[in-house]
Amino acid sequence: MTDILADTVPRQQPAAALTPGIHMTDAANKRLKARYAAERRFKLIGLAAILFSLAALVILLTTIASNGFTAFQQTHIRLDLQLSAEQIAPVGTTDVRQIMQGNYGAVILAALQKKFPEVQSRGERRRLQALVSAGAESQVGRMVAADPSLIGQSLSIWLPTSSDIDMFVKKQVDTTVPEEQRRVNDAQVRWIDSLKASGDLELRFNTRFFTGADSREPELVGIWGGVVGSFYTLLVTLLVAFPLGIMAAIYLEEFAPKNRWTETIEVNINNLAAVPSIVYGLLGLAVFIGFFGMPRSAPFVGGLVLALMSLPVIIIASRAALRAVPPSIRQAALGLGASPLQVVLHHVLPLAMPGILTGTIIAMAHALGETAPLLMIGMVAFIVDIPATPVDAATVLPVQIFMWADSSERGFVEKTSAAIIVLLVFLLLMNLAAILLRKKFERRW
Amino acid sequence: MPQHIVQRYDDELKKLSTLIVQMGGLAESQLAAAVDAIVKRDSKLAEEVVQGDAKIDALRNQVDDFAIEMLARRQPMAADLRVIVAALRISSEIERIGDYAKNVGKRAVALNQAPLVRPVHAIPRMAALVQALIKDTLDAYITDDAAKADAVWARDEEVDDLYTSLFRELLTYMMEDPRSITPCTHLLFIAKNIERIGDHATNIAELIHYTVLGEMPKEDRPKGDDTAYAVVNVPGGQR
Amino acid sequence: MQNGTHNDLRQSEIEIKMVTRKVGVFYGEKQALYDVDLDIPARAVTALIGPSGCGKSTFLRCLNRMNDTIRDCRVVGDITLDKLDVYDSKVDVVQLRARVGMVFQKANPFPKSIYENVAYGPRIHGLAENTEHLDHIVETSLKQAGLWKEVGNRLQESGTGLSGGQQQRLCIARAIAVAPEVILMDEPCSALDPIATAHIEELMDELREQYTIVIVTHSMQQAARVSQKTAFFHLGNLVETDDTRVIFTNPKDERTQGYITGRFG
Repeated sequence: MTDILADTVPRQQPAAALTPGIHMTDAANKRLKARYAAERRFKLIGLAAILFSLAALVILLTTIASNGFTAFQQTHIRLDLQLSAEQIAPVGTTDVRQIMQGNYGAVILAALQKKFPEVQSRGERRRLQALVSAGAESQVGRMVAADPSLIGQSLSIWLPTSSDIDMFVKKQVDTTVPEEQRRVNDAQVRWIDSLKASGDLELRFNTRFFTGADSREPELVGIWGGVVGSFYTLLVTLLVAFPLGIMAAIYLEEFAPKNRWTETIEVNINNLAAVPSIVYGLLGLAVFIGFFGMPRSAPFVGGLVLALMSLPVIIIASRAALRAVPPSIRQAALGLGASPLQVVLHHVLPLAMPGILTGTIIAMAHALGETAPLLMIGMVAFIVDIPATPVDAATVLPVQIFMWADSSERGFVEKTSAAIIVLLVFLLLMNLAAILLRKKFERRW
Repeated sequence: MPQHIVQRYDDELKKLSTLIVQMGGLAESQLAAAVDAIVKRDSKLAEEVVQGDAKIDALRNQVDDFAIEMLARRQPMAADLRVIVAALRISSEIERIGDYAKNVGKRAVALNQAPLVRPVHAIPRMAALVQALIKDTLDAYITDDAAKADAVWARDEEVDDLYTSLFRELLTYMMEDPRSITPCTHLLFIAKNIERIGDHATNIAELIHYTVLGEMPKEDRPKGDDTAYAVVNVPGGQR
Repeated sequence: MQNGTHNDLRQSEIEIKMVTRKVGVFYGEKQALYDVDLDIPARAVTALIGPSGCGKSTFLRCLNRMNDTIRDCRVVGDITLDKLDVYDSKVDVVQLRARVGMVFQKANPFPKSIYENVAYGPRIHGLAENTEHLDHIVETSLKQAGLWKEVGNRLQESGTGLSGGQQQRLCIARAIAVAPEVILMDEPCSALDPIATAHIEELMDELREQYTIVIVTHSMQQAARVSQKTAFFHLGNLVETDDTRVIFTNPKDERTQGYITGRFG
């Protein structure tokens, strides 16, 4: 159809709209160029920042990895032990205590001497015995105790070397220093070389590192005690913080009236999330241990402290997740006659759950890496047993790392790094779980 | 009434009413010219009237197209809807007025060939009355004056009365002198046409009333035309 | 011009479903609605029109007490549903909302299957005796909403995967499934294309045989098309209410006239 007003008086035309060219002048082109230049500069700076942080991360990871990976292997010596009855206990003995009291040091020394018959002097014998870890005796003892029929038999077995030898074999000992200042003397070096040549000394997978607990001897330490301690601690944290956090978040977000009271609570929850974690440790020390008389060093108490610490984070994350559920869903349910509780339980909570879980996992990961508050409640103790219950004295992975890093022996360096690797793997797994959850339950509305 | 938010809408409504007024003015002058042709026995003028009707028809088409386009584009409501619907109907009323004026022109040519009869003198008087009706209707249309339209609507009775008396007079003439039957019949039809024009003017007045007040006038219009009860039937062709 | 079309309410047979008298709404100190007196006829569509912020949606939400969910919102005056005082403290709001259903501006199906969407209402109100009965309710509701042909063979698919118009009809089916007496619609077509809108309008025309429908709409053409009665709100006041035919051809109030002809401001 034609313009129906074609023959009526045209209305006033705005004059400026039709003037061409003001966006095509030299000044305009210059402005345009400056704009692009600024954009390029900005991109470059951003790229530089990312590269810098990436480099820092790579350096950190490679340092830890190169320091730590050697700890997953341990130098072992193969010895043919003669488990003679006179050195241990009469054949047929089943009493564990009696078996454990056997002179296994002599058994091991005898086996070593059989390999190097030329060693005679007391000093040399001591150095020969120092090849094998001090923990080897009890290891053999435990084996015999588990199977008393071994008494009187001969047994070919791989035993861990002492940390000094381990370090030497892993070439972490400087051999250029004079012999007197070395922890491995020339004779020992010779023995090692000969054992290596005969295939009786080699690097084997360090199972003990994954199954053992703490020890004074670097070659005997394991992280399992710390892992179990961390597990109990986190379990308690999760069981306390998750339900409490969700309840608090739901109440504050869906039911609480908006007044000065709830506002104060809100502000304080946000503040709590920013409180230094050591303060929670002090709180735990004063309240749980001091007031309630709970045991020191127990994962249960550690879990409670970490729960207090994670609670604000979980509440904030859960509230954000609840708030992200579109109000239209609530209205739809309300409009159908659902009660407020039904609205929350049937619709809002299921939709918010991925977000809540993600927030919780992040908070848990944070708690897993937490050290300071646990130091305050005594989880920094030297514990050689693997905790059996959450109220047993225990330590946790990061504290274990802290303690090893504090030890002076050369052998602890690689153990520290290895433990860090294990901790990082756990953290990565947890973050991965959070990401997968988020991906799986991408917003569906 | 305040202006539309969309100014062009107001422009369009204004253009629509301008077209209607233009059409009405044209019809009015057609009638005047036709009657003039009778009085002055001017066949040339009468021919011009006959030719001139095409202009009214063209305008009518223009109004219809324009109004339909506005309905489609603006989807008018309330007062606007009434204005546009009334415009559609008024244009067809005016078109009919134009047709009657044309017929008067045609008959004027025939009448001019017959001897002059005395009752001709009544035609200009009646025509003047109807012209005044048309003019007042158009005034009422321009000013949205429902009261004025209602006045026009009531005044049509005078035209009807005049027509009834002329009808009787012509019947008497024809009975007295059979030679005057031809011009008198033409005059009769001319009078009837003018009376019909008056009816259409009242229809327009009714539409103006509807446009302004939103409803048609309630009472029946007073009618002064009694000729239907006379012996002679009104020929159907001109209705 | 005086005789109405089939769309008119037959004055002699009008049965009033809901009555509001002197209804006012306050948001905190601010008054949003003043003294609204409106009779809502049964089995007809009543349209509420007016510029944004005129209070029409607020008024609509008073009818099933959805305003209760807004903090600081206070309603005064009387609203009755079949002579039952809606705001009486003895009235259970859950029950009221089962009787007065609602469809919202933005189609808001639950992120669940189509079946679950429709079955949710009957389930929480315990309307179905067993699974077959529930299946039956779902089917009839979807059929009434004109959606059965399109989704009958994929009830387990997500309701959010449907097109906008289908989603809105699903929401209507969901509302119908509870067997309400009144259905409130808050601009149900504002986000839909003309074809989807036509589907919804056709649906409203069918539903009004059984239900009382109150619709808020910004489109005057829509109000004119679907409703039998129209109420015009302006600045929190009910300015004029009448048969839709009268409102759109010959409104009495200057403000109504101005609004529907586009002469406001």
